[in-house]
Formats: sequence, structure tokens, C-alpha cells
Amino acid sequence: MTHSKLYSAIFAAGITFVLACLMIGIKLDTDGTQLAIKGATTAQWFWILGGIAVVFFSQLFSRQIDGMFSHLPKPQLGKLIPAQAKSDAMKPWLIAGAIVILLVWPFMVSRGSVDLATLTLIYIMLGLGLNIVVGLAGLLDLGFVAFYAVGAYTYALLSLYFGFSFWICLPLSAALAALFGFILGFPVLRLRGDYLAIVTLGFGEIIRILLNNWTDVTGGPSGISGIAKPTLFGLEFTRKVKTEGATTFHSFFDISYSSSYKVIFLYMIAVLLVLFLIYLINRLIRMPIGRAWEALREDEIACRSLGLNRTAIKLSAFTIGASTAGFAGCFFAARQGFISPESFIFIESAIILAIVVLGGMGSQVGVILAAIIMTILPELAREFSEYRMLLFGLLMVVMMRWRPEGLLPMKRPQLELNKQ
Amino acid sequence: MSQLLLDVNDLTMRFGGLVAVNGVSLKVKDKQIVSVIGPNGAGKTTVFNCLSGFYIPTEGSVMLRSEQIAGLKDFQISRRGLVRTFQHVRLFSKMTVIENMLVAQHRHLNTNLLSGLFKTPNYRRREGEAMDRAAHWLEEVGLLEFANREAGNLSYGQQRRLEIARCMVTQPELLMLDEPAAGLNPNETKELDELIIKLRDVHDISILLIEHDMGLVMGISDHIYVIAQGTPLANGLPDEIKNNPDVIKAYLGEE
Repeated sequence: MTHSKLYSAIFAAGITFVLACLMIGIKLDTDGTQLAIKGATTAQWFWILGGIAVVFFSQLFSRQIDGMFSHLPKPQLGKLIPAQAKSDAMKPWLIAGAIVILLVWPFMVSRGSVDLATLTLIYIMLGLGLNIVVGLAGLLDLGFVAFYAVGAYTYALLSLYFGFSFWICLPLSAALAALFGFILGFPVLRLRGDYLAIVTLGFGEIIRILLNNWTDVTGGPSGISGIAKPTLFGLEFTRKVKTEGATTFHSFFDISYSSSYKVIFLYMIAVLLVLFLIYLINRLIRMPIGRAWEALREDEIACRSLGLNRTAIKLSAFTIGASTAGFAGCFFAARQGFISPESFIFIESAIILAIVVLGGMGSQVGVILAAIIMTILPELAREFSEYRMLLFGLLMVVMMRWRPEGLLPMKRPQLELNKQ
Repeated sequence: MSQLLLDVNDLTMRFGGLVAVNGVSLKVKDKQIVSVIGPNGAGKTTVFNCLSGFYIPTEGSVMLRSEQIAGLKDFQISRRGLVRTFQHVRLFSKMTVIENMLVAQHRHLNTNLLSGLFKTPNYRRREGEAMDRAAHWLEEVGLLEFANREAGNLSYGQQRRLEIARCMVTQPELLMLDEPAAGLNPNETKELDELIIKLRDVHDISILLIEHDMGLVMGISDHIYVIAQGTPLANGLPDEIKNNPDVIKAYLGEE
């Protein structure tokens, strides 16, 4: 117990006092037509004082408290996954089982759950994309949502003005987002860390503001509505045929109309897209390009000395990451049927980044798990809606305190050598 | 008959008004170990940075097999067969030893995205060759059993050896080592000594060395260049350098 401990405890208690007084202690209220400042009730003051005392003592005895908690076993999530040798043999079965569950499950639960699952899958796509840029290549990107927006608006605009179908727009969205990733890549090639983060943050805002103000084309803040839904080989999922000459799904199969078909269909598309992306990125990680991304994250100077062209490597990471977001964006626009710049604000970038960091940088399974937690938890905590962001913040603090490496840190691939 | 591999003439590097390297010339022939020595701050590492393309020299020429390489980008120079290590170990420490070796062979691999995605025969063959080369060099430096360890978990001496193996696997003609013995114990220094001689005698590589360990330098060098305050001071065989009064003065000061 030193003086510095006492000082920091007094300091922390002081800050708590000031913040609590401003936020809880003083209230603005309407008094007739005028604004009046009102003090808190006695009970509230009591709570404030209690809070200050808690902060003071927890700071004062922080070392002892930390000591107490250090005896608690840290969550060993790694143990949930069977040992390497066993999991290798079981892997195909596990994957097959997971896919079957993913495909059968929507028919057994409510429409709302399927819809939520679809949203989760969108975040998984985004997380997988950002994982390439941040987790593997180590380029901190705070404006990832820009590429998501590019993908979404590509589909919305092409469908609105030219009547392009979802299936044609899917690769186009990915390609256009990739192009934007490439363009952003150039000016930031020489930047690293904090500087890169600021530039990408600016880029994200530029795209959003552009969409907001280019009213003639994008509809500005009011967005674009009535975006066509995807079709199954030309079969529509509406009650009545929308385009001339097309058939609806229920009339083709001669079953009665149900709105849940559409929801399940969208979910299936999302599952397919996610599986495709997981396969693609899994291959990329094990290819020379994937190794080069990681090497660039580890040591850029060593990369240069070994004949790796860092320009090409950085641009490829940006481009491929962005195209994944474009993919997700296109699907998002199709699912919502309505998009506006509101959907592409900074907090979205922050959530995607949180998914990557919480999951474990570079780890695909971790990112998927984190995406599920980050979308489902807020839904479960709907009753505490006022405290949602508070819980969210608390979760992150706790996570970073106990498992700074993420839920499921990336496992290094073990390679078999032919002994000579 | 040994051929001239690297020919550096009047290399000068200025940072604003500061002349870090002033008119340094040096020659490395095939299968030679050439050392650059000098007191701290003499500009040895700056010479290395100029040769490997991390700096673009202000003046002078750098010819690798009679081809001008001064002004080329770092990665272009290393692709021409001139690779270096660093004063402080620079490994990809979160990656495994074998992955370090594979990254170094990036340009020898099939980096076409589609052939990688579909695992074409050509892709598999190149990947297999790279693994074999990596295994071969890990064996040479005695790290084969650690192939699947994270590079950052190796001991310091092992990390040093891995860094050399990682350079060798790129199939260079000239290996530049920047203080490879720094931080090694006498035993490890002796192993390093043997490794460097083996590289020259068995693998026909030329080596350009910066080192402070005089025992190592005098024992293995075919030729020594001395630099003091950025300017060339002397050059010659180890015995000539040992007894050169100017060199002794530069190191120990005047009485």
C-alpha cells in the first residue's frame, strides 16, 4: 500500500463524483414552458455516494482484488476443441454435421429467429473480410463499412436503374468494392498503424457523406427503397408476380403462399455465401499470398529484404477484404429491400472490428463465434435495451482483460516435412 | 579463377548535411568472405542499407555481376541474389519456423490465385519443392526438429541461425550478415563461425560480413575493409589489418 495507490484511488473517486453529478445528479426538466435544472432525489444521491465508495476502495485495493481473481481459472476455450490429431480425423464429420444443421434448422424455428440468423451471417461475412485486412495483414482499417456500402449501393442502383438481377449484381458488387479497396490502397501504402487507421476512418466517412449528399443518384438520406428480392432461377417469392412473365415460387410448386419461404430462401443464400467465403479464405490463408499477408504483419522490413513486394501484398489484402464486404453489402441490400446511408455509419465499422478482435485476430472460427455473440447477445438483452451499449462495453473490457488474444486465437497450421 | 561478384565504387550517402558514408569502395569475389569493420557509428550498417536498397545512395555505383543495382527497389535487389540479415533479429515471430522458410521463397512459388485455389499440379509441385528446400536448409542449421514451433519461441542463437537459413533458402549469390554474432555466447559464436565457412566452402556462397567480434572476423575473412567515420581507412588481408597502425589508432585512440 503506497501513497500512489491512495492518490489514484482519490483521483478515480473524484472523476466518478464529477461524472455521476453531471449525469445523474443534475437533471434538465421542463417546468411549464421553461427549462429548469433539478437536483437528484435523496435516494439517488445515496446511490451516487455508494458508487464513489466502490470505485475508491476497488482502486485502493486493486492489487489484492487482482490477486484474488488470479486464482480463478481463466476460461480455457481451446480445450473445448479436441486435440489436434483427434480433430483432424473428425473434421470432415464435424463440418458435414454443421452444414446439415444449418440447412435443416430454419424449418423448425420461428421466422424471427431465421431472420436474426441471416443478419448474423451478414456479420460473419463482414468479419471474415475484415479479418483478412486486420487479422492477417495487420492493417488497421476503421472504415471497412465503406466497402459494405459500395456493395449495397451497387446492387440497389443497378437494380433500380437497369433492372439487373441479384445474381448478376453479386459478382459486380464484389468487383466494384474490390476496385474501391484498390483505390484506397494506393494512398495508404506507406502508412501503418495509427496513421492508416485515421485515413481509413476518413475514407469511410467520405463514402457515407457522398451517399448522403448525392441526392440525384442515391436518393440522399431517404435512401433507396423497393430493391428487388433475389429469385430462385426466376421464381419470385412474392404473393403476386411483380415482373411480366415471371412465375412465383408457390404457384410453380403449387403450394399455398407463405411469407416464411422468402425468409428461409434468403437465409439459404446467406449460408451458401458464407460457406463459399469460408472455403475461399481458408484456401487463401494456406497459399503463398496468405503467408505473405501474415509476414507483412509480423515484419515489413524483413519482407522487403526477402524480395516480397509489399505494394502488391498490401493491395491484394485490401482488395480481397473489400470484395468480401461488397458481397455482404449486395446481400444486405437484397435482404432489407431498403438501404440508406444510416446503415453505414462508423459504429458498424467499430462492431465489425470488435468481432475480429474479440474472435481472435486471424482466426476464422473465432471470428464466426464472435459474430454470432455480437449479433445474438444484443437481441437476448432486448429487455435491458437501455443498458445494451453498457453491457456491450463491459463485455469488451472483460474480454480484453482476460483473453486479450481473443476467444479462439489462430492456430498455426502444422506442416508435414519429408525427412531426407 | 574467381570472378568479381560485387563491385562498389565511391559509394556516398548523405542525409541532408550529414555525410554518413563517404567514398567507400569494396569488392567481393566469388566464394569469398569479406568483412567490413569499424568503430561504432562508422557507417557500416548504412553501407549495407545502400547495397540492399533500403537507402538509395547519393553517389557511387553498385555493380552486381556487372549490372548496376544502385537505385533499384529493395525487393528487386534481393531478387537478383543479394540478401541480408539485420543487426536485430527480424523473424516473423508469430509464424512457425517452416512458414518463415516458405515466405522467403515467395517468388519461387506459384503465386497465381487461381492455380492456388484449385491446387493445380504446377502449384503442388512448386509448393513441394519449397518444402524440400526449407527442410534441407533447416537441417543444415540444425533446426529441423523445431520446424513447427513458433519462431518467436526459439532461443536467441536458434533465431540467428533461422535468419541465416531463411536467407539461404532464397538461393542468393551474396549473403550480407549484419553483426551475426551479436548477443551469442562463445559456443554459439563458434557454431556460427563453422556455419559461415561451410556456406562458402560447400555451398559456394559469397559473404559480406559486418562484425565486432574480432576473433570471428580475423579467423574467417578472406579480405577486410575498415571504415571509420564513413570514410574508408584501410583494406587488406586479416594479418595486414591487425598490424595496421591507422586501424589500431581508430579503434583504441591515440596515446
